[in-house]
Amino acid sequence: MALIDKTARRHRWDTKFAPYGYVAPYFLIFGVFGLFPLLYTVWVSLQHRNLVESADAYFIWFSNYAQLFADPYFWNAMGNTLSLWLLTTVPQILFALGIAQLLNRKVRTRTLFRMGVILPNITSVAAVTIIFAQLFGRDFGLINWVLDLFGAGHIDWQAGTATSHIAIASMVVWRWTGYHALIFLASMQAIPSSLYEAATLDGANGRQQFWRITVPLLRPQIIFSTIIATTGNMRLLAEPLLFNPGAAAATGGSDRQFQTAALYLYEQGFSKWDFGYSSAIAVVLAIATIIVAGLGYLVTKRIRTE
Amino acid sequence: MRPKALAIGCAALATAVVLSGCSGTASGGKTKLTIGLFGNFGYAELLKEYASTHPDIEIQDRTASYSDHHKNLAAHLATGNGAADIEAVDTGYVNQFKATPDKFVDLNTKGGDQLKDRWLAWKWEGSLSKDGKQIGYGTDVGGLAICYRRDLLQNAGLPADRDQVAALWPTWQDFMAAGKKFQEKAPEGVKWFDGGPTVLNAIVGQASVGYYDKSDKIVVGDNKEIKAGWDLVADGVQSGLSSKLLYSTPVWNTGFKQGQFATVTCPAWQMAKIKDQAGPEAAGKWDVTSVPGGGGNWGGSYLTVPKAGKNVDKAVELAAWLTAPEQQAKVFKSAGLLPSIPKLYDDPAIVDYKNPYFNDAPVGKLFTDAAKKLNPQYQGPKAGDIQTAIGNAMQRVEQGKQNGEDSWRQFVGDVQK
Repeated sequence: MALIDKTARRHRWDTKFAPYGYVAPYFLIFGVFGLFPLLYTVWVSLQHRNLVESADAYFIWFSNYAQLFADPYFWNAMGNTLSLWLLTTVPQILFALGIAQLLNRKVRTRTLFRMGVILPNITSVAAVTIIFAQLFGRDFGLINWVLDLFGAGHIDWQAGTATSHIAIASMVVWRWTGYHALIFLASMQAIPSSLYEAATLDGANGRQQFWRITVPLLRPQIIFSTIIATTGNMRLLAEPLLFNPGAAAATGGSDRQFQTAALYLYEQGFSKWDFGYSSAIAVVLAIATIIVAGLGYLVTKRIRTE
Repeated sequence: MRPKALAIGCAALATAVVLSGCSGTASGGKTKLTIGLFGNFGYAELLKEYASTHPDIEIQDRTASYSDHHKNLAAHLATGNGAADIEAVDTGYVNQFKATPDKFVDLNTKGGDQLKDRWLAWKWEGSLSKDGKQIGYGTDVGGLAICYRRDLLQNAGLPADRDQVAALWPTWQDFMAAGKKFQEKAPEGVKWFDGGPTVLNAIVGQASVGYYDKSDKIVVGDNKEIKAGWDLVADGVQSGLSSKLLYSTPVWNTGFKQGQFATVTCPAWQMAKIKDQAGPEAAGKWDVTSVPGGGGNWGGSYLTVPKAGKNVDKAVELAAWLTAPEQQAKVFKSAGLLPSIPKLYDDPAIVDYKNPYFNDAPVGKLFTDAAKKLNPQYQGPKAGDIQTAIGNAMQRVEQGKQNGEDSWRQFVGDVQK
């Protein structure tokens, strides 16, 4: 009797608490690598703190934030971040939709093509950036060489705001379009073909079918991709950093023309050693990312069948 | 009960793996020393030599780019983890690091005070903290000279012989005037100098006062000497004398390969870079002569020993050996780095040394003369940072984004923030 009772109790205990045990590893890891650094950053952002000498740190509460909001270079970096967000996210999603549509056809060796689009994504970001920086080189870059063939002249890609943003955006788009295309492709294959057959009978052409059937049915994936792309593109660091290697890398160009918020954070933290200030940038950037991702969500949510 | 036991076993195993992963200092009874460098210190042969005479020591060197190296070092010191046993620090950064001397071994407590007289007095003081702790042993000093392409000068109707070339430019004004003459006959795509920031750094290095005064106040905004240099270089840039390449970038490296410029400001360590970048096919085309204005310094480094290292004593021993007179003499011959040891400036082995890559230029005589004349300039806490900012400012002029005056004003505003 006592034995059964004990087993039953253990069973009840098991069903009650075991599920928490199963999900605990995620929360533990998130707590250590996600939540703790987040809270720690907020804590540091309230201090005047040198990167190397943490013993001399003292609380200044919101002074870092006050300074930040009055800092023209911070707003310049935020402006660049938003510009690059637009220039990367919108083409990424549109190109990915187009590529997914192409890959969804019955073509020979389509597995090869499908594998192929993910290749840019698995190459190292540093390697990609270094090669793109060479392609966009002022004197001996391939792109200027091609432009020259058409008599368009040389462009100093790094010097201008618009040109440098285009160059950096092209690196990001090249790297991530395939990834989103595969997500779209997977969902496209789940759309029942009867929908298209019915539409064909009603006389809808391919273009109409794409915009009226495919895109609306991909809405959840488009929302997902937009949010993923936003969180990635709002914290671009490696691309602008390596686009202009050398001692001045962290300033993102001679006039900070392509310094993103993440790069400004890097400059303040690791060149100027102002750990408190750079943490404040991190906090504001995180909030901005949430806002922009929310905007992206609101826009993509409006996709619907008429 | 069994799953629980297994779990404990796993945890123990995992812990063991992690721990052993962290304490991999000794492999096969050898002490492993790591040394973090940037650019070319010319240490490859020396490290082999040291390892062969010290069989209990295994040395691993890792080299990063100039700015990556210093940023990583700051991050490693901040977290107290990941720094090499010996870390090189450049003149531009040493003041920033010596402001936190407790992160480094005070070499004065490890026999450094006995070795003090080896070095130039200003080199020794350069890495000495305000409270008298020595964070690094000096490796090289920059000195200043001009490296130039004999063939390009000759083709443009200028002399190629190094004494005659030196006579062309007693001052920087003369240097720019010679450049204008050169540019009239220069082939398409070839400019007089590599980039404004490089020239400007040399002029700044010669000034009696640099970016800071001795109380660590930033005074560059009122520094007439530097402003005059700025105006001169900006004028040279606007006259089309510049290839508009920022030093130590990949495009600048390509510039050497492609022969895009005829002259480059040459601290002694620059010779190693030119040789690496221009490659064997340019051997004999480059030559070295004295710098306009005379004297001056740009760069030079120190070897520090971060306190967090596990083999501090052995690292100190190695750092002292690498910076000892005999080794600095060897590095001068192999990589061209100018010793920071005044005794060597009269050593015939150094003074008579001619560099075969640079058309047998008497670099021994040239650089030791320059080093003797050198009037050390006080470097403030963020000199390296300001150097980056003034380079950016000159680049804005080169890229046509701003005129000289506007860019200067923005630069002064930036650094005084």
